[in-house]
Amino acid sequence: MYYHWNWGILFAQEPGGTGTYLHYLVVGLGWTFATALAAWAIALVLGGVIGTLRTTDRPWVVRLGNGYVELFRNIPLLVQMFLWYFVVPELLPKGVGDWIKQMPPPWGSYVPAVLCLGLYTSIRVAEQTKAGIQSLPRGQRLAGTAMGLTQLQTYRYVILPQSFRIMLPPLTSEFMNVIKNSSVALTIGLLELTGRAKSMQEFSFQVFESFAAATVIYMLTNLVVVLGMRWLERKVRVPGLIAAGTAPQVAH
Amino acid sequence: MGGFDWEVIRTSLPYLFKVGMTFTITLTVLAMAGGIVFGTLLAMMRLSHFKPLSMLAGGYVNLMRSMPLVLVIFWFYFLVPFIGAWILREPRPIPVGTFYSALITFTMFEAAYYCEIMRAGIQSIPRGQVWSAYALGLDYWRTMGHIVLPQAFRNMIPVLLTQTLILFQDTSLVYVISATDFLGAASKIANRDYRLVEMYSFVAVVYFVISFGLSLAVRRLQARIAVVR
Repeated sequence: MYYHWNWGILFAQEPGGTGTYLHYLVVGLGWTFATALAAWAIALVLGGVIGTLRTTDRPWVVRLGNGYVELFRNIPLLVQMFLWYFVVPELLPKGVGDWIKQMPPPWGSYVPAVLCLGLYTSIRVAEQTKAGIQSLPRGQRLAGTAMGLTQLQTYRYVILPQSFRIMLPPLTSEFMNVIKNSSVALTIGLLELTGRAKSMQEFSFQVFESFAAATVIYMLTNLVVVLGMRWLERKVRVPGLIAAGTAPQVAH
Repeated sequence: MGGFDWEVIRTSLPYLFKVGMTFTITLTVLAMAGGIVFGTLLAMMRLSHFKPLSMLAGGYVNLMRSMPLVLVIFWFYFLVPFIGAWILREPRPIPVGTFYSALITFTMFEAAYYCEIMRAGIQSIPRGQVWSAYALGLDYWRTMGHIVLPQAFRNMIPVLLTQTLILFQDTSLVYVISATDFLGAASKIANRDYRLVEMYSFVAVVYFVISFGLSLAVRRLQARIAVVR
């Protein structure tokens, strides 16, 4: 078995002339974060709203929310990515579709990737929001009503401040998921970290160095996110409130 | 939508399902079986009192879970031929083909997730059951095989099946190594005939119908098991 190891490749110039391969990968990490953070913002807002609506007492609102979740949960992420990239521009009015298709790289892939990941992740956030709200004792809601608060006020001042704190640990793993899932955007041409590791392997023929470097960068990212969220949990903790236990996670 | 070409979908149906969907389902079923077996072993290792063993299993699970699946697919796609050459003492990397490469990848990757589920399943069994088994003179393997694992499996069936549905959707990612799974088959026709809108919409509908149907079935099963317990 022959494999010529050459870790020095990380410090060799990449053919695009922007710097070393290591720099090339780190820029990829930047794109990974740019994609994941923008998608995360969409997911938090949409998912928070939809998850909350699914716990209200309006049957048709609940049904609409459930339908939204089922729609995005049962189509593979990669297929959704292709829908946003190839199909949606064709369905829009011609002028808008052409404008999207003619966006200069990397924006032509970045925008569909962010929309796709944002909506895909929003259903995870919606599920966590719903679970967080439903984990509160029923008395909280009843007490709010008894004090003369409207449903909106009960959510704003009683339910949501508590449920968001409960949701923080599961949201950490969802945030990690959106970072990892952003690698699927390489299929529509976004050169994020995994995409760059793959091109580095194609340019340099140093397969395992490329993937090992990307793996280490992902692991460090993991560590930073976990530590950051732990800090946030401590920061927003209300003394006397107990955090929810962690259920087994089914997710990537 | 006036230009929607139904004909391309109709003529490609045999190829999409006989070649593509067969690949996807075979891969899903085999990877599930392999993943659950390997995952259960990993869970037993993780719960072991022998520190090096539990650390090894824990490290493996954390490593797999911190990497995106796409990167794992690439890793194994290039790594397996080298490992094959090493095992068979061949001088050159052995080509294994996209199917076996994907099968190994998904078995190894999903095992990390099945491991966490089985770990929770094993821990859900009251300790008293294990002590009674030991008191009756059963050894570790008999206790696990006859007492703990059957109950753990039973409790975790809905979660294991939900994870398998995720696996079913995730197999579409073999696209990145140009395998001809359901999506891969559709994508080949889409690019050949320039019918991207039709093919990708159709793929989305088929995946939705299958996943949604199966998830309803899992929910039903969950309700039934919950009543029995």
